[in-house]
Amino acid sequence: MSDMKETLIPQVVTVTDIRVETPDVKTFRIVTPEGKKPFEHIPGQCAMLSVPGVGEAMISITSSPTNKEFMEFSIKECGCLTTWLHSMDVGQQITIRGPYGNGFPVDTAFKGKDLLFIAGGIGLAPLRSVINYVRDKRADYGHVDIVYGSRSKDDLVDYKEIMEEWCNTEGVDVHLTIDREQEGWDGHVGFVPNYVKELGFDVNKTAIICGPPIMIKFTLAGLQEIGFDKTQVYTTMELRMKCGIGKCGRCNIGSKYVCKDGPVFRCDELDELPNEY
Amino acid sequence: MKKLSLSQLPALFAAIAEKETLYLPVDAEGGARFERFTEGKTLTGELNTVRSAKDFFFPQTENLAEFKMEGKNIEVIDPRTETEDFVVFGVRACDARSFSILDKVFLVDPVDTYYKNRREHGTIVSLACTRPHETCFCQTFGIDATDPEGDVTAWKTDDAIYFEAKTEKGDRLLANLSDLIEEADDTAVKEQKEAVKKVMDRLPLKSLTTEGFGGDVMMEKFNAPEWKSLSEACLGCGTCTFVCPTCQCYDIRDFNTGHGIKRFRCWDSCMYSDFTKMAHGNPRTSQLERFRQRFMHKLVYFPANNEGEFGCVGCGRCLAKCPISMNIVKVMRTLGGKKA
Repeated sequence: MSDMKETLIPQVVTVTDIRVETPDVKTFRIVTPEGKKPFEHIPGQCAMLSVPGVGEAMISITSSPTNKEFMEFSIKECGCLTTWLHSMDVGQQITIRGPYGNGFPVDTAFKGKDLLFIAGGIGLAPLRSVINYVRDKRADYGHVDIVYGSRSKDDLVDYKEIMEEWCNTEGVDVHLTIDREQEGWDGHVGFVPNYVKELGFDVNKTAIICGPPIMIKFTLAGLQEIGFDKTQVYTTMELRMKCGIGKCGRCNIGSKYVCKDGPVFRCDELDELPNEY
Repeated sequence: MKKLSLSQLPALFAAIAEKETLYLPVDAEGGARFERFTEGKTLTGELNTVRSAKDFFFPQTENLAEFKMEGKNIEVIDPRTETEDFVVFGVRACDARSFSILDKVFLVDPVDTYYKNRREHGTIVSLACTRPHETCFCQTFGIDATDPEGDVTAWKTDDAIYFEAKTEKGDRLLANLSDLIEEADDTAVKEQKEAVKKVMDRLPLKSLTTEGFGGDVMMEKFNAPEWKSLSEACLGCGTCTFVCPTCQCYDIRDFNTGHGIKRFRCWDSCMYSDFTKMAHGNPRTSQLERFRQRFMHKLVYFPANNEGEFGCVGCGRCLAKCPISMNIVKVMRTLGGKKA
């Protein structure tokens, strides 16, 4: 990050593809005007996307760093900027700056471990980057379990990729669930935290959780119930951010700045911080 | 040490202003403020300016970037032109220390180049205090009001003003003024220091200590029940953050000029309800939480990240300006001390 000379001045990128994932989530593919990926990143890192005059927001990078061609962002429509992004067409330019944050310890703590990914709704977006990184470097990691849930079948992000690619990757088990019964769904029905407990995973795994705060809270409690220690569980946090470099003060919790010291935290590290997230 | 007769001060200001832009605190409606020197302007007799001196390096609003939008295309423009060299004369010890605190925010990696650029172009001439106010408590934070930090330190006596360069920048400034200033011994300055220290020993906030605060008491202080009574009357007006020399939270917003977009950085306040508000919720919904954040940051979080240095310089502006008379001194007295 330190080699970025002007971190508050963004660069221009072009949106080359827009994929409709769910009724309120789209995945945007971007490249520089020269057709290149704007910068390298670590899974779990974020970038500031902006439409000048509309707003700027921190969004997790959903594509894997192993993808050398382009960068992708799965974005839920919920505020000014995201609504604008959802209404634009391919070919539109937007701005980007980053990458920001620490990212997941994919090349250290995760290496050689059995990994358990647990996501809810749009919470899959940051985990997709790690999942595809791990799939591309399959030999470096142990068994992979992915528990993913959403309100309905139609709200599952990356459904096509999950079914066609993740489910067909050796050593990867995918466990999908939706909140309520739905016609045409013969998979599991129920909330993610309960499903995790029902599945009852081996406690030697390293767990990575992302989803709504309430889901993270209950899933962590569930994992602890079945014997996981907080030091084995990682999560990624979301707070209001403006600068991305630990200076504007918005994402300050305790002695940490989520944009810089996070957004990835090991759950035991969160115990040392005020509960303001 | 160098010396200038007080009657020669206008000539000194003119000489500095001839080479660089000079700012100095002058009397204005509502209290002293820093203004650009022009002929005839004189140094205020007030102890300090109503607003802090942080504007020189971290202005209240600043243009970060500009965008030209054409169809689907965007052009990004860096609006900065080379900053001119400037001198700030008459910065008090508290504000002089605030710069080194702001440095710990803006100059750590990744460096804020807007701030850095101004820092590099600015020369600080600090002015030792002679008549500290009853709201002053810089001593609590280990600041010596009789010997402030800065590129040059100045001491004003009844008939003269003394200078001592403390950095290379300061050496250069004094070298440029060698026609006006003369070598002097430091007897008068020493005498003044001793006299002022006696005054400071009698200041009402002399006994205020940082005891009980610091980076290692985070959860204990965060969970203290006293935050409720302390924050009860807080209006959330943000005046304390506005006048505070070390408050540095900011917002970034775009403005459509009609012929392009300008992106501004503006001071913001953790005391405001929308500071942490997101599309899906707000982690700090009460004024208690926002109030606590401001003081926890200065007294616990900042020292946790900066080898024990506190994020307050004891300038006393928040004591003078808070509409409900709440301030950091009351917070420190209530939550600090030996009961930790």
